[in-house]
Amino acid sequence: MKFTEGPEIRDTKAPEGPVEERWEKRKFGAKLVNPANKRKLNVIVIGTGLAGGSAAATLGELGYNVKSFCYQDTPRRAHSIAAQGGINAAKNYRGDGDSIYRLFYDTVKGGDFRARESNVYRLAQVSVNIIDQAVAQGVPFAREYGGLLDTRSFGGAQVSRTFYARGQTGQQLLLGAYQALERQIAAGTVQMHTRHEMLDLIVADGRARGVIVRDMVTGEIERHLADAVVLASGGYGNVFFLSTNAKGCNTTAIWRAHERGAYFANPCYTQIHPTCIPVSGEYQSKLTLMSESLRNDGRVWVPLRKNDERAPGDIPEEERDYYLERIYPSFGNLVPRDIASRAAKNVCDEGRGVGPGGLGVYLDFRDAINRLGRDAVEKKYGNLFEMYERITGENPYDVPMRIYPAVHYTMGGLWVDYDLQSTIPGLFVIGEANFSDHGANRLGASALMQGLADGYFVLPTTIGDYLAAGPFGDVDDEAVAQAEIRVRDKIDRLLAVNGTRTPDSFHRELGKLMWDYCGMERTEESLRKALERIPELRAEFWQNVKVSGTAEELNQVLEKAGRVADFFDLAELMCLDALVRSESCGGHFRAESQDADGEALRDDEHFAHVSAWEHGGEDGPVLHKETLEYEYVKMTQRSYK
Amino acid sequence: MNLTLRVWRQSGPSDAGRMVTYKVEDVSPDMSFLEMLDVLNERLIVEGDDPIAFDHDCREGICGMCGMVINGVAHGEQRATTTCQLHMRHFEDGAEITIEPWRAAPFPVVKDLVVDRSAFDRIIQAGGFVSVPAGSAPDAHSVPVRKEDADAAFDAATCIGCGACVAACPNGSASLFTAAKITHLSLLPQGQPERLSRAKAMVDQMDSEGFGGCTNTGECTAVCPKGIPLDTIAQMNSDYLKANAK
Amino acid sequence: MTATIERGSATAPVNTPAAKKTPTRKKPGGFLTSSNGKKVVMAVTGAVMVGFLVLHMLGNLKIFFGRDSFNDYAHALRTLLEPIAPYRSVLTILEIGLVLAVVLHMWAAISLSYRAGKARPVKYVAKKSQANGYTTHIMRWGGLTIVFFVIWHLLDLTFGVVNPKGFDSAPADRMIAGFDPSRWWVTLLYLVAVVMVGLHLRHGIWSAFQTLGWANRDRNKVLRATAGLISIVLVVGFLAPPLAITFGVVK
Repeated sequence: MKFTEGPEIRDTKAPEGPVEERWEKRKFGAKLVNPANKRKLNVIVIGTGLAGGSAAATLGELGYNVKSFCYQDTPRRAHSIAAQGGINAAKNYRGDGDSIYRLFYDTVKGGDFRARESNVYRLAQVSVNIIDQAVAQGVPFAREYGGLLDTRSFGGAQVSRTFYARGQTGQQLLLGAYQALERQIAAGTVQMHTRHEMLDLIVADGRARGVIVRDMVTGEIERHLADAVVLASGGYGNVFFLSTNAKGCNTTAIWRAHERGAYFANPCYTQIHPTCIPVSGEYQSKLTLMSESLRNDGRVWVPLRKNDERAPGDIPEEERDYYLERIYPSFGNLVPRDIASRAAKNVCDEGRGVGPGGLGVYLDFRDAINRLGRDAVEKKYGNLFEMYERITGENPYDVPMRIYPAVHYTMGGLWVDYDLQSTIPGLFVIGEANFSDHGANRLGASALMQGLADGYFVLPTTIGDYLAAGPFGDVDDEAVAQAEIRVRDKIDRLLAVNGTRTPDSFHRELGKLMWDYCGMERTEESLRKALERIPELRAEFWQNVKVSGTAEELNQVLEKAGRVADFFDLAELMCLDALVRSESCGGHFRAESQDADGEALRDDEHFAHVSAWEHGGEDGPVLHKETLEYEYVKMTQRSYK
Repeated sequence: MNLTLRVWRQSGPSDAGRMVTYKVEDVSPDMSFLEMLDVLNERLIVEGDDPIAFDHDCREGICGMCGMVINGVAHGEQRATTTCQLHMRHFEDGAEITIEPWRAAPFPVVKDLVVDRSAFDRIIQAGGFVSVPAGSAPDAHSVPVRKEDADAAFDAATCIGCGACVAACPNGSASLFTAAKITHLSLLPQGQPERLSRAKAMVDQMDSEGFGGCTNTGECTAVCPKGIPLDTIAQMNSDYLKANAK
Repeated sequence: MTATIERGSATAPVNTPAAKKTPTRKKPGGFLTSSNGKKVVMAVTGAVMVGFLVLHMLGNLKIFFGRDSFNDYAHALRTLLEPIAPYRSVLTILEIGLVLAVVLHMWAAISLSYRAGKARPVKYVAKKSQANGYTTHIMRWGGLTIVFFVIWHLLDLTFGVVNPKGFDSAPADRMIAGFDPSRWWVTLLYLVAVVMVGLHLRHGIWSAFQTLGWANRDRNKVLRATAGLISIVLVVGFLAPPLAITFGVVK
């Protein structure tokens, strides 16, 4: 695939000076909107997860006219709801040496030095306000007998700073944001449009001025205009078809904004979670995450012999390979996500995987049960064991669990500056949809933190600086009409193909291709192969896809087909980005760039930058680099040996 | 496994709707119920038929989007399980399975098994929140909460808003849903200032949406995927009585 | 081709409320028209009736102390507070109160049942109960059965219309004649009806606790047991006299 390199890009919004003062400075420097004017300013928010829900609610509270859109039947269903573990905050309630600076440090290091220091520092600062806000809303966090909030430690940190609500932290935080949003809907400041999907961005006179959406119930194509547009449409992990994302998660909103001119940053950064329930057959529609905490007591192993067909209980101790304990004696089963994932892939590639298709490794609790007793294990992990049994039909107290890595989160996304504004003026991107805070790898319990930081605290401040110059007047009719025509054309084209294969069958094939060639381990060869195969498959899609029904009704096949079409284009850019970034970093592992022990090897000399891709025409995409500078955290290689 | 499905088909709100029979063959016992429907739908699409519309999203039992009445039971007979988490190994080979949408006047059918549950959102809008604008909150530790209260509040707060309680209730009542939110916020100090007005507003909204009244049959809690307890309804009744006594 | 609709211009305020999305907040018609209010009416009137049943049962048991004891009790009811109040006045007031409770109880039940019917206009093709599914049936159909029984019961033992001894006899005579072994089918009818009442109460009493908001996690067991105990005591207490008469223990 062709691409060209354009001029460097730079974040011009982060103030100079000591990192701990930058956010204060920016808040003071940002222009304010007169309260009387806020009512005249319209903001569109796409998506109602932690970021979008909290942003729409907060903008409504501030007095803006907000229109909120989601594809689900109610804003409470956004996939933030599925986050299990917790949310980090530098509260230092434990007095264990935590601080804003330490959270900042851990996040930059965990992101393998591919995130912006200014953004990450602000995230750590704001994290403490999130907990206050959530508690005030009635989020039932876990508490201790003294009535104070409980915390636990999580991967990649040596302090206990993760607040949680049993295994349903995402649900409880999302319901808090949802309730705040519903309050604003009742107050009339937010107009909610459920079962509406954004299909294009309206850009007029160089500004984002609205969206074209499809009412998924009636099929009506609607134009909604505004003074600013906020995308909070989540990540694109579903490009792999199988992932822990919800079935409806898609890239359409951000991809079509990218087509209108927003740069896409670091698309190749994907996080693979090591402990998911493996695929059981061809029909599999999604993967389910099992909490990482299981690795605290479970031991990971595979048979020493290849293609060992024996039941796990029949394999004697000396014929088992506890490979994590063997390769990483000091961290053992507790190595970080990316390392555990890759090690599992390696043993399966050697033919030693277990379960259907040999894609799985054992996570064995036999020793833990012998040591702690069954009751103690049940107390700790009972609900997870139950969930596992429900899905697999196997009882993990008797038979070891089978786990395999799965795509979980995408660190890449639309490029934004310190104000969370994309390269299109008036288009803001928040939450997982942007690329900003996690670098090449996200730490556990940081996704909830970022979504809420963006939505409750950052965006509501920074968007004011942009809107202070508004209202921006009437929108050029031509720009609106063109966006609408593009949307209608795409729908008509999809319906016109009338081929023989379903959108899902293409999506499945694309996902498999991405997993094989652009998954946990990428090589120049595999990526080139993917870049060859994707256009072929896309061509077949446009010649042979079958979309039943019409555009004027609830048509889930049509919805799916539109999303798959965008996944093809995104997949291509992901592979290109992965190919160009010939170093390994965080969730991006290039086999060519590893040290003698097979660990990821960064190339800071050539790749300490953000790759921001501009959508290109005939000449392919244009790469703009944003150089990353580290004034506070010294770049080092990670080691978990 | 080979199965016979009897599925409610209704092309839109104005269509009368009917049960249609489908044969599904070679179903793997490891499939989830929705994956079994996916397989059927893939076939229907290729054959040029309209696939069966159903709501679903996370497919891990937490978003609350999926839901159908399977053999007369909301979310199927396995307890504490959403439709998406139900697996085919719980069905016999050759079984006939009846699949219907949630049935309630406030949940009109949109298409096939898809219903409109926006009435739930309006109940929350009536008062299911704590009025605290972003940025105005005091430090999280300024008000301690008894662990027992926090845990009980959490139990009520786990409601996923799927609507199975309404579907199962012989009266089509939304009491369990409404009570879960009222109880969650009633048990926490943060919810106290608006406690009684909230209960009154939410119950009145529930009534005006056209849901039936509660007769304490317990059908709701029996099918609730999160096992929201029936005594949340007592808490709601108590708050509602107090609100009306004032 | 799909239809276009335009929603608001960028400069005009956008929040012209789309009619279908705004809450349909019907003005609440007061406590008694709310579903919860009606449940409270059921609970309170139910409590009145349970109180009546307890007294009624205690009176019935007098038959074990002989016909005179029973007749004296029946007489005492009619001469309560005499001579301050005229003959049968207190009893009549109590009866009016009781009838009022019955009427209100039925009104609330019927209107809740009507509401439930409206809430589910399309029935399920298949429906399977997951809880103790008998409750709805026992409450609505059971309630109806009880109504018919009470009518028979009044005709039999209060007004003596269908009683062998007729209206002008002593109450104890009517009772003993009514459950004479030759009229075993009356006893059987009575037995079935009282058990129905018992089942109705077992759910009804607990349901009242729930409706009045007294139930909670800690108390639930006790409240359920209380409801069960009251029901059993009433069933046993009401069945003891007729069975004793039919089997010849009381003559």
